[in-house]
Amino acid sequence: MAKITTKNLNLWYGAFHAVKNINSAFEANRITAIIGPSGCGKSTLLRVFNRMNDLIEGVRTDGGALIDDNDILNSNTDLVVLRKKIGMVFQRPNPFPLSIYENIVFGERIHADGITRDGLDEIVQESLKSVLLWDELKDRLNEPALRLSLEQRQRLCIARCIAVKPDVLLMDEPCSALDPQATARIEELMRELKNNYTIIIVTHNMQQAARVSDDTGFMLLGELIEFGRTEQIFTAPHDRRTEDYITGRYG
Amino acid sequence: MRNPYRAQRIAFFFLFLATLLIVVPVGLIVVIIVQKGLPAISWQFLSDIPRHGMRVGGIFPAIVGTIYLVTGAIIFALPIGLLAAIYLSEYSKDNFLTRIIRLAIVNLAGVPSVVYGLFGLALFVVFLKFGASILSGSLTLGIMILPIIITTSREALESVPQSFREVSLSLGASKWQTIRHIVLPNAIPGILTGTILGIGRAAGETAPILFTVAAFYLPQLPDSIFDQAMALPYHLYVISTQVPNVDEKIRYGTALVLLALVLFMNLVAIIIRYKFRKRKKW
Repeated sequence: MAKITTKNLNLWYGAFHAVKNINSAFEANRITAIIGPSGCGKSTLLRVFNRMNDLIEGVRTDGGALIDDNDILNSNTDLVVLRKKIGMVFQRPNPFPLSIYENIVFGERIHADGITRDGLDEIVQESLKSVLLWDELKDRLNEPALRLSLEQRQRLCIARCIAVKPDVLLMDEPCSALDPQATARIEELMRELKNNYTIIIVTHNMQQAARVSDDTGFMLLGELIEFGRTEQIFTAPHDRRTEDYITGRYG
Repeated sequence: MRNPYRAQRIAFFFLFLATLLIVVPVGLIVVIIVQKGLPAISWQFLSDIPRHGMRVGGIFPAIVGTIYLVTGAIIFALPIGLLAAIYLSEYSKDNFLTRIIRLAIVNLAGVPSVVYGLFGLALFVVFLKFGASILSGSLTLGIMILPIIITTSREALESVPQSFREVSLSLGASKWQTIRHIVLPNAIPGILTGTILGIGRAAGETAPILFTVAAFYLPQLPDSIFDQAMALPYHLYVISTQVPNVDEKIRYGTALVLLALVLFMNLVAIIIRYKFRKRKKW
């Protein structure tokens, strides 16, 4: 069963129709890439799933977006519960100007009243281990997070998400600020993480989508043109526009 | 022949000259006041009450009065100003009402201080019957520094990167938790700057306290916030213009104390701000 499905999902920014009638299904424990040229609505689609578009004035949606069969577009959706379940990693690594430790426990401090120091320590250790930073950073937990390298910062941001124990990780071009080696290592991490999470990654880097994802959706001007197994999309696309994009004719 | 390098040198010279011109008056004020006022400064001058028609003795009641007034003004203006700034920066939408509010704040900053004084007299002293008192004076000064505190606090809040708010919300924090744990702590240096500016302004102004609190001569300290008090700027005005034959060094000594008080408060806040800056960088 799909973890996330959309049914005739539409989204408007004022009069601008940014996401058009999208039907899709994102499966658990797989990495789904959403590719497409800039401005095609892929980030907007991603931000539907944790309702981050709500922050923008004049946004309107219709249709359905179901996570575990609950329509999250419902006005009575508890955004706190939803966003705990759906973690998001942003384009630029953006740790808070706090210590490494405090960055990771931020979510837990907010959600769990009166958690013990031991409990927090454990969360920090678990989260850092799952992003393979524990050995590097275990003696530097009280250092400012902004002293880390870009790659470490992005891993820390992933750890900060994981610390809240989500089911889904939304990644909005998580490697675009990183060099190729760091990108490769983050992709390796993603493959590791998919055993425990449903991952959706938005990227304008087609090679990255081909390397890392199991399924791929191609968007153009707000429409989902094609959605399928990554191998099929990249080797035998059904739609002419997908083929044109993948072969680099535009985008 | 045109020589671009010469033109550049001339331009640099005038730019430098203009910059220098800003420093000169500041330096001169400090030098003159220190030079003429320092001989008056002694423990007795700082701790004694004025005597013999304020021609000898000290300025202790005026120092204490100014500290009371500034403290009162901050107690009143900082919470209200900060809450208003949070509302304007984090919650308000851009509509007719908030545009009116913003306009009002800008205009409030431009109101001459003597008008604040008359306003304080009418509202606090007469209408609310607080009388000429520390309470009336503090409230008047508080209203005067509100726009400074609101404007600088709002700028400080708005300069906290939007991405911090997004991350916090995406981790499931509520809007208020985001403001409380992420936005406010990162805006503290800027809010402190606003508070400093407000303190400096409140300590130095004469007109707003003229009708609302300031006592011409009061040889003892105030007992409650409903008492009148002496204050440094007004005392300086009095001994400079209203009382004949006051020794020049007492006048400059008073000015020096006022200047030092303001500079000292600024210094403390600048140090706090500097520490925050060093700790938090993005």
